[in-house]
Amino acid sequence: MTDKIIDIQHLSKSFNGKQVLADINLYIRRGEFVTLLGPSGCGKTTLLRMIAGFLEPDQGTILMDGRTLDGIPPYDRPLNTVFQRYALFPHLDVYDNVAFGLKLKGTPKDEIDKRVRKVLKLVAMSDYEDRDVETLSGGQQQRIAIARAIVNQPKVLLLDEPLAALDLKMRKDMQTELKEMHRKLGITFVYVTHDQEEALTLSDTIVVLNEGHIQQIGTPTDIYNEPVNSFVADFIGESNILNGTMIKDRRVSFIGHDFDCVDEGFGEDTPVDIVVRPEDIYFTTDPAKTQFTATVKSCTFKGVHYEMFVDTDSGNELMIQDYDPYPVGSVVNLYIDPDDIQVMRKERTCNVLEGVWNQDTIDIEKPEFSLQTEGLKLPGRKADGDEALQPGSRVKVEIPFGSVDLLDDIDAGLTSGEVYFILYKGDHYHLTVKTEDGGFLWVDTQDIWDKGDLVGVAIKNKGIKISACDEEA
Amino acid sequence: MRKFLAKAYIWLILVVMYAPLVFIAIFSFTKSRVLGNWEGFSTDLYSNLITGNMQGNASLMAAVKNTLLIALVAAFVSMLLGTIAAIGIHNLHGKKKKAVTFLNNVPMINPDIITGVSLFLLFVFLGFSQGYLSVILAHITFCTPYVVLSVMPKLHSMNPNIYEAALDLGATPGQAFWKVMVPELKSGMLSGFILAFTMSLDDFAVTFFTRGTIGLDTLSTYIYTDARKGGLTPELRPLMTIIFLVVLILLIVINLRQAKAARAMEKKFKY
Repeated sequence: MTDKIIDIQHLSKSFNGKQVLADINLYIRRGEFVTLLGPSGCGKTTLLRMIAGFLEPDQGTILMDGRTLDGIPPYDRPLNTVFQRYALFPHLDVYDNVAFGLKLKGTPKDEIDKRVRKVLKLVAMSDYEDRDVETLSGGQQQRIAIARAIVNQPKVLLLDEPLAALDLKMRKDMQTELKEMHRKLGITFVYVTHDQEEALTLSDTIVVLNEGHIQQIGTPTDIYNEPVNSFVADFIGESNILNGTMIKDRRVSFIGHDFDCVDEGFGEDTPVDIVVRPEDIYFTTDPAKTQFTATVKSCTFKGVHYEMFVDTDSGNELMIQDYDPYPVGSVVNLYIDPDDIQVMRKERTCNVLEGVWNQDTIDIEKPEFSLQTEGLKLPGRKADGDEALQPGSRVKVEIPFGSVDLLDDIDAGLTSGEVYFILYKGDHYHLTVKTEDGGFLWVDTQDIWDKGDLVGVAIKNKGIKISACDEEA
Repeated sequence: MRKFLAKAYIWLILVVMYAPLVFIAIFSFTKSRVLGNWEGFSTDLYSNLITGNMQGNASLMAAVKNTLLIALVAAFVSMLLGTIAAIGIHNLHGKKKKAVTFLNNVPMINPDIITGVSLFLLFVFLGFSQGYLSVILAHITFCTPYVVLSVMPKLHSMNPNIYEAALDLGATPGQAFWKVMVPELKSGMLSGFILAFTMSLDDFAVTFFTRGTIGLDTLSTYIYTDARKGGLTPELRPLMTIIFLVVLILLIVINLRQAKAARAMEKKFKY
């Protein structure tokens, strides 16, 4: 027996030409509590439904205990699902709902009886055997749904946002119980949720998904303390995400100051993204410890802690959480521990597009638009004296984030799109704009846009770099 | 005063609506051959119905049997076809779903006489011998849309995951259909069956055109020919009364069931 109970290899799935999952590779260890976490539409439920067998993958395979699940219908798979809206059978009472799977397998009556009673006890619903399931509360129905699945002793239990329909208090209670159940049963749990707090509380391993791609796989502490990119940092917990430069190993510069950190291997003078959690910025009165000063802009009581927004001396906004409040308007001394600075390689430092050069214009392919070449700096002659660009030759265009302008009028620019993802970087917003044809542009702006806003896109002739594509590419 | 007028109005309407039925019911208790002559109270017409020893045409009972047989078979087959069709339509999306739902509604609005004539022409064209089978097929044709219509709302209110839940627990698609889908849709199927049964029961136009020339009579075609021959068979009066009562009871049963279902829904949404 292998340690990997489920092994997902190169799994892809599209609906109506839209890719929902792209080349997913993931394995799940026996007995593990794995959470698939991501915003709605990230593909997490699709992945779960493919493991359950309700959907066929377009490409790739899912192995269970080393054997492929391809072509095996859901009723022959040794796993069970807890559905988001319980999906209990309304015409059966609690007992018959739980006994449904065992009866189908032809389990002897006295054994069914024994096992049903045992799981009902486990979910604390022993006295409800004869109740009509429709008369139960949401939380009780959820317990029955769990009992109905685990009574079959599946090797893997799949849970599709099982707590999403419950109120907050009930959800917290059920989280504790699920964790306890997982420990007692020793079954592998695969749990789907969009609730990052739930994922952090319950999981042994979290798989963060976005746009059909796995962003990060790790333990809750890994994911929280060492997010690999700004999406994960933004999605999990509160965070300050900032632009920075890695000066050299263990030394990084951001918000106008240099800090010691623990990261190495980024090279020298490399642009990076910095994540500092709001609880990791400390107040001090000791001038020797002070790394920078800031003015408190707002202070809100949040129950356990105070949440403050401060403007640093270099004009960046930071969120800080502390047990003690500081008055609005006061100037405070702050420092950050080297351990608490998370340095991430930038996914990109500018928009890199490809297109065809036609002397007056460059026809960019995705997103599709034409860029006027007038005033742009073109590459010079090659070493052998040929012109670097012939009409029709392919070029690479690099457009800095700051050279993309967003316009209210969607018809005014070169192309148009929708504000897709917003990241606040302390002194500016970093936006992802999805164009009509499904391409992406990244923009740095001071202006405030909302997610979903429709915008026109214009390109400023500033800092644009054009180079010939390599022949082999 | 206003209240009194409002009440009087309702009663007036009820009287106008139910007077003919009451009239028939009253005159079912007298032996007179001609409707309207009261010849003293008697239950003879009722006993004649049961014994089959009729004053008028003896084929009345045969027509009743035909009517019931055709209605039962047509309603049952429509129930199965309509349920399967409803599940199919429910699983369609977007334009396709709208188109098929529209196609399902057309036969219901279509005048019976047109359905009847077109089916007649179709049977003749296909060289299909007309008789029991053609009438039953014709009735299935116009009954099925009503079943689809009564099963669809059940599918809408059903949790979309329960079929998958059954598969997940080890049921084959067939088992999932019988053990989960059918119990869930049962009440809609039954309403559809009753609706189809009553539609078939009182159909005249379609039956008239598809019964062929073998002398097959249902109640409606029997009464039509009987009336043309001069005077209705007196036993029709008790028969009408009985049919009216049966339909009334069915209607009350359906209404009670619906009220119960509505209460159950209310209860469900309280949580």
